[in-house]
Amino acid sequence: MNALLHHAPVLLVAVPLLGAFAVPLVGKLGSGLRRFFVGLIALLTTAIAGYLAASFYAAGASPIVYVLGGRLSLPSGMVAPIRIMFELDGLSVFMMLITALAALAAVLYTSSFWKERSGATLKDSLMLLLIVGIFGMEMTGDLFNFFVFLEITSIAACSLVGFRVWNGRSQEAAFKVMTLYTLSGLFVLLAVGLLYGQYGGLNIAYLATMIGSGAALVDKIALGLLLTGLAMKAGAVPMHMWAPDAYGEAPGAASILLVANSQASLYGLFRVLFTLYGSAYSPQSLAWILIGLAVLTIIVGVTMALVQRDLKRLIAFGAVSQIGYMMLAVGVGFAAMTALQPSDFGFVALQGGLFHMINDAACIGLLFLAAGIVIRRAGTRDLQGMGGIAHDLKWTTAFFMLGAFALAGMPPLNGFASKLMIYESTFRLSPVLAIVAILASILLLAVFLRAFQAAFLGPRTEPTDVMRPVPISMLVSMGLLALVVVAFGLFPGFFVDRIVTPAAQALWSGRDAYIQAVMSGMGG
Amino acid sequence: MSSGMSVIVRTVTRFTYALIIVFGFYVIMHGHLTPGGGFQGGAVVASAFALALVAFGTAGLKGALNRHLLQSLEEVGALAFLGLAFAGVGTAFFYNILANSGSVFGGSDPAALASGGVLPLMNWAVGLKVMTGIASILIIMVIGARKEATE
Repeated sequence: MNALLHHAPVLLVAVPLLGAFAVPLVGKLGSGLRRFFVGLIALLTTAIAGYLAASFYAAGASPIVYVLGGRLSLPSGMVAPIRIMFELDGLSVFMMLITALAALAAVLYTSSFWKERSGATLKDSLMLLLIVGIFGMEMTGDLFNFFVFLEITSIAACSLVGFRVWNGRSQEAAFKVMTLYTLSGLFVLLAVGLLYGQYGGLNIAYLATMIGSGAALVDKIALGLLLTGLAMKAGAVPMHMWAPDAYGEAPGAASILLVANSQASLYGLFRVLFTLYGSAYSPQSLAWILIGLAVLTIIVGVTMALVQRDLKRLIAFGAVSQIGYMMLAVGVGFAAMTALQPSDFGFVALQGGLFHMINDAACIGLLFLAAGIVIRRAGTRDLQGMGGIAHDLKWTTAFFMLGAFALAGMPPLNGFASKLMIYESTFRLSPVLAIVAILASILLLAVFLRAFQAAFLGPRTEPTDVMRPVPISMLVSMGLLALVVVAFGLFPGFFVDRIVTPAAQALWSGRDAYIQAVMSGMGG
Repeated sequence: MSSGMSVIVRTVTRFTYALIIVFGFYVIMHGHLTPGGGFQGGAVVASAFALALVAFGTAGLKGALNRHLLQSLEEVGALAFLGLAFAGVGTAFFYNILANSGSVFGGSDPAALASGGVLPLMNWAVGLKVMTGIASILIIMVIGARKEATE
């Protein structure tokens, strides 16, 4: 194994971290150099992620363990893993790809948007820090480090939400986000503390072996705390109230990173549910709690989107509802897996749910980025004050339409491919759930058609902003996401086989491999 | 806040200022041997800056604490820490390259001040980051408070 590949997991965290700290210094040399530097860091990070993923899949998708600071076992022959380590299985690598996509799109988009504004250096630094935290959450093999990275994303995210300090609404949103993220962080920390007190270890694989079959009361309390904290940070109803404010008030490029951040919390939830507890403790009731939250999230998200007049809040509620689809699919998968006779439709549900994550990142991201341009052009976020944008901004209109159709699950776009898998498998568990999911999706189409009609069609309104062409880097950024939307929609089988199936397998049957990768290396 | 406090406070501050900073440096320096370390020591040093700010006010300090310089030093501290972590990448990220190497910090006596490999250096990096970071936060808060008072 060559050196770059060997160190790739840690470089994914270290390179953006180096960038985040170096940006303020580089920024003193000039804004052109700073933008070049940030772009370089983002490209480098994406390249490392792509290279790591390619070699991971080529090597048969077996878990990779990277130990910081030396060997896995200590010279004293201690058998519990106490080193800080990264562990990547199919699910981690899949999440890493989503984050890399979102990071590249966000940095490309932002490289011209803030040209003339002050504070751009801080924004670049915070965005890189948020990327560091998300990558860390997805790759760490240590429960306490998971909390640390969770806090890094919380701090960076709430600073980005409150970035427009001159705007009272963004301060309110940032305060709300800070409160709820802190609360969710404390829930996770308390759970980590309970598990550490009980088993004297923090490594996920080690804890998974210790929990054993039929979890003790303290394990169940920890599970409840972890699930609540992570569902809160993922924006599941009824703990979603921060999400529309955060997505709505953050700068356009930061919104897509916030979506990736919510998905990373969802990843944590799946990791806890399937790997940390998994076969040791997986009652059916847990699956139904997850499904119940999911259905609530879908319904509330879509109906709230229906009544919004603010374009960004409308998209934000759409994003909340999509979190519901992912939770629904994984809940169905969990129910099928833990049933007395595991059925194959559960695996399809997991595939659909995970596939929907990358699709959601692409099409919600596309909508947020396009909305950023629309709002800048119209000078308002109120749908009633907009109109006729399609006359001037042809590419943006096309991208917005693509994103909206994909989100609502129109064939042949990517949202259709993953939602079909979710409908099919959910129908096997309970037809009612599938019908709710389909109806919500149709309603979402209506929501976005209304938004599209209000913002893009109709006669030209007087532009409040000076008319300028959309910068090339923004178009490239949106084009990248649009390419994903179309390619994943046209060739779903190709992508599902290559990247989604290993991730679904990691949840379905990968628990032992995940544990063995660490514990077998712990020779006396 | 800009005018400073009474002559008693200012005189005592002149005496204790240096002592607090020396104690903070002591905590940072012995981070690998005794309780404390870069973060704690850095916070102690920053408390000396806080004392000076309260006692003399921003006007009394006459720009002795330059916010832009402090912020640059903060970045340098963070980058030094990360650089030391990168230095071990031949073996593993964060690998201690100086430990047991026989060089300056690679002595075999675990209780010696010059032991611990890169750990003392990392403590200094963290200490630099924390003291300058907290100091610049304090300065920004003082500026903000003054603005509010004049409004």
